Amino acid sequence: MGEGKDVRQGTLALMVLKTLESMGALHGYGIARRIEQTSGDLLSVNYGTLYPALLKLEQEGYITSEWGVSENNRRARYYRLTRAGKKQVERETREWNQTAAIVARFLTPEESQ
Amino acid sequence: MSLRSRLSRLAGLFRSDRRDREFEAELESHIQLHIDDCVRSGMSPGEARRQALIKLGGIEQTREAWRQQHGVPVLESLVQDLHYAFRAMRKNPGFTCISLLTLALGIGANTALFSVVNGVLLNPLPYPHSERLAILYQKSAIADQGAVSYLNFLDWQRQNETFTSMAAFRQQSFNLTGEGEPTRLSGHEVSADFFPALNVKPVLGRLFTADEDRVGGAPVALIGGGLWKTRYGSSPSVLGRGMTLNGERYTIIGVIPESFLFYNGYGIQVWTPIGRWNDPTFRDRRISMGLNVIGCMKPGITLDRARQDMDRIAHALAETYPDADKGMGISLVSFKQDMVGNIAPFLLVLLAAVGFVLMIACANVANLMLARATDRAREFALRSALGATQGRLVRQLLSESVLLGLTGGGLGLAMAANGTRFMLALLPDAVPRSQEISLDFRVLMFALAVSLIASIGFGLAPALRVWRTNLTDALKEGGRGLAGRRIRAQNAFVVIEMATALVLLVGAGLMIRSLGALWSVNPGFDPRHALSFQVAMQPDLGSDPAHIRAELRKIHDAVRNQPGVVATSVVAGALPMQGDSELPFWRGDEPKPATEAERKWTLFYGVEPDYLTAMGLHLVSGRFFSEMDSEHSPQVVVVDEYFAHKYFPGENPIGKQINVELLDLKPEIVGIVGHVKQWGLDTDATAKVQSQIYVPLRQIPDAVMPLVRNGISMVVRAANDPGAQIPAMRKALASNNAQQVVYGAETLEDVIAGSLAARRFSMVLLGIFAALAVVLASIGIYGVISYLVGQRIQEIGTRIALGAQRGDVMRLILGRGFALTLIGVGTGSVLALILSRQMKKIIYGVSSSDPATFAAVILLLMAIALLACYVPARRAMRVDPMVALRYE
Repeated sequence: MGEGKDVRQGTLALMVLKTLESMGALHGYGIARRIEQTSGDLLSVNYGTLYPALLKLEQEGYITSEWGVSENNRRARYYRLTRAGKKQVERETREWNQTAAIVARFLTPEESQ
Repeated sequence: MSLRSRLSRLAGLFRSDRRDREFEAELESHIQLHIDDCVRSGMSPGEARRQALIKLGGIEQTREAWRQQHGVPVLESLVQDLHYAFRAMRKNPGFTCISLLTLALGIGANTALFSVVNGVLLNPLPYPHSERLAILYQKSAIADQGAVSYLNFLDWQRQNETFTSMAAFRQQSFNLTGEGEPTRLSGHEVSADFFPALNVKPVLGRLFTADEDRVGGAPVALIGGGLWKTRYGSSPSVLGRGMTLNGERYTIIGVIPESFLFYNGYGIQVWTPIGRWNDPTFRDRRISMGLNVIGCMKPGITLDRARQDMDRIAHALAETYPDADKGMGISLVSFKQDMVGNIAPFLLVLLAAVGFVLMIACANVANLMLARATDRAREFALRSALGATQGRLVRQLLSESVLLGLTGGGLGLAMAANGTRFMLALLPDAVPRSQEISLDFRVLMFALAVSLIASIGFGLAPALRVWRTNLTDALKEGGRGLAGRRIRAQNAFVVIEMATALVLLVGAGLMIRSLGALWSVNPGFDPRHALSFQVAMQPDLGSDPAHIRAELRKIHDAVRNQPGVVATSVVAGALPMQGDSELPFWRGDEPKPATEAERKWTLFYGVEPDYLTAMGLHLVSGRFFSEMDSEHSPQVVVVDEYFAHKYFPGENPIGKQINVELLDLKPEIVGIVGHVKQWGLDTDATAKVQSQIYVPLRQIPDAVMPLVRNGISMVVRAANDPGAQIPAMRKALASNNAQQVVYGAETLEDVIAGSLAARRFSMVLLGIFAALAVVLASIGIYGVISYLVGQRIQEIGTRIALGAQRGDVMRLILGRGFALTLIGVGTGSVLALILSRQMKKIIYGVSSSDPATFAAVILLLMAIALLACYVPARRAMRVDPMVALRYE
């Protein structure tokens, strides 16, 4: 569990947004689990660090939250994307792809010539 | 961070409670969900919970991280830090009181002294363009900074290229008569440019014109705002009114602001134009009658540039008037330097001293805080285990220091406000410009800065300690693991305190020794039971020499006939430590010197036969004057030992003749008296003119008599307390002639004390600072040794239980204190040797490394330190082994 890669600041926000986009409303524990699973257990999230990130996204208005009931009848706080959040996912995805492409060119120089 | 996020976080500061509760619930549900998952996959509930907490990374840490995002972190935690700090201060009132008092004393003393330095040295003089003002002196064989002759001044004024204006001024007192009681007014005779040079405008009326500042000009006067208020009720109709000054009728043409300050203070009452004066002596280029010159330099002209300009003029004048000006130079000093320059070295030494006191105060508070930080090590360890970062803990400790420092600073400021007044009231004459000293913005900023620097000074050590602490150790050992290191830090502080206290004691000791040396200097006269005063003779006396002589006789008799008067003499010319008068002379068997440079000068006293007794001079050989030495008998003169040795080395001067051309005398030397310290106990030996001659008042020729009339003094020897005689003197002279005014009456002991005022001021303050330092340092060493005893109480108990003698225990503890003191004293001695060299300017008659002072001070400090250690050592000696062993 400990040998997974740490999640970089900023990337975590995008992962959260993307997770919420694909899964709909989800509570904190669910988001954490989902991120771990999606990464094929390569990433190790200290679940605690998720909450400040969630709070930040909420303060920025990309997500909202409300109390709900989980599948096995536990009260939990559910987060979901707002409209601004959806736009932000698109924007961030675009930017991320661009950055990734640029970095990729540097990493494989002979092909980019 | 977006604006919205920022606003939302700021809002978070205020509605944090509900949101906090919600987050608690959310965390709770998170953990439950996690446990549910784990249990479903077959884990025991206990193990599931453990896994969930590990995966979360700690509940407290998560909470803290979430809160950091939630509120504005720095601000919120600052509020919290201050809250904690305040609570900590309240929880421990003893610690808080002692620290606050220590800091308030340290900061208060610093602020008070800084406000003096600020008012006197830093603030510009209260004139527009004050930085362009300079005082010009005539440099000659008599003095580097001598008075200027009027004719030379006129040439300087005309020929200079570097001053916008240049003006002459001369102190002059006026008898105001004709309206009620005759009154003595302080005043100046000034040239027309005087107020324009200082850039001072009248509040009413106008200033002098050039036409009024010359022979034959109309008699006009300016009055000061104070006189205007008290005597004329601030009425504008004062313009054009007449006033009789020294017997002449003047017309008031203007009023100078009451706030006008010149040298010794406010309250100058009258100014008259100087150029109206047509006395031949005044208009003799060789004679400077107490005239001083001030100039306002053109913008952009430096003092050096102005000096070059004046040098050029001095050369030209020497060419044109070789008889008067050959060898004469001109020296320039900035006005401020001239006004406050003498006090600067004293104030700077005092400022350094008071800085040391603050250093000791900080070391003491740091020690107290260290002691507390150790006691609180567990608290900190716990808090840090609960999620507080080390940075956060350090910040909290520093907030406590700053809160302490600022509160102490506030108290100190209040102390300073009163302390400054007290300090100046203690010795009013010691500091020039003292009326300008106040707690202005700069002083407040200084106090704030000092408080903050002090806070960091004493807060850093305990904060660093927390920074370096290994939490696990601290928790395990319940804080005791820190004790060893803490003791080392405390020891270091005590050594610093002892060293600093020693430096201050040496400073104070050197000042005390200087004053002692000065007091034991023989002034050459006997100040006990003697007093002197000045007499302004009635204005309508006229200039008939016979009249003047008769009047002097009457004055003498009026004073002599008072009960309790043993001897008295009228004095013309110089008066020891109060006024000087020099004359050129040459030996009767030598030709008249051809140039100014070859001329010899001597101090001159015109006295009556009883002067020897009244002043208490020591007659070395020959005789003093008698009633037989009159205007009709052969001319005689008495010289002092210095004169005899310098001008008649290896000869007996008695029977020899000297030539005093300006007095038109060729007297024969009939006696030698002891040297009098004319220039003050401390500076006489370095004065340019030290030789002295005494001439019988009656033999002063008729031509000079009108000048004598302008300023005579009297010296009186009384049978008892001379101060009590002063009112009787006034009455006697008033009944002799109602228009005569007595002023400047002072016992000769007061005159000597006054000449040492600046030194006494420094000595008293240095003494206070040193005492403060010693008290603080003793508290410091007492605290450390007490702590040591507390720490080792078990060990001591064991030792006693195993048979150690109580005396051994005492020796053990005292030895520890003694070792610390020894290191402190050693360090301090080296430091004091280096620093006391800076005091050379202000000490007298004692070397800056005076072994007696050092020895006395070292012994004193060690004795006090041992005493401070004795109290806890006694406690250690009395430790009951049973109690000690049961302890914990």
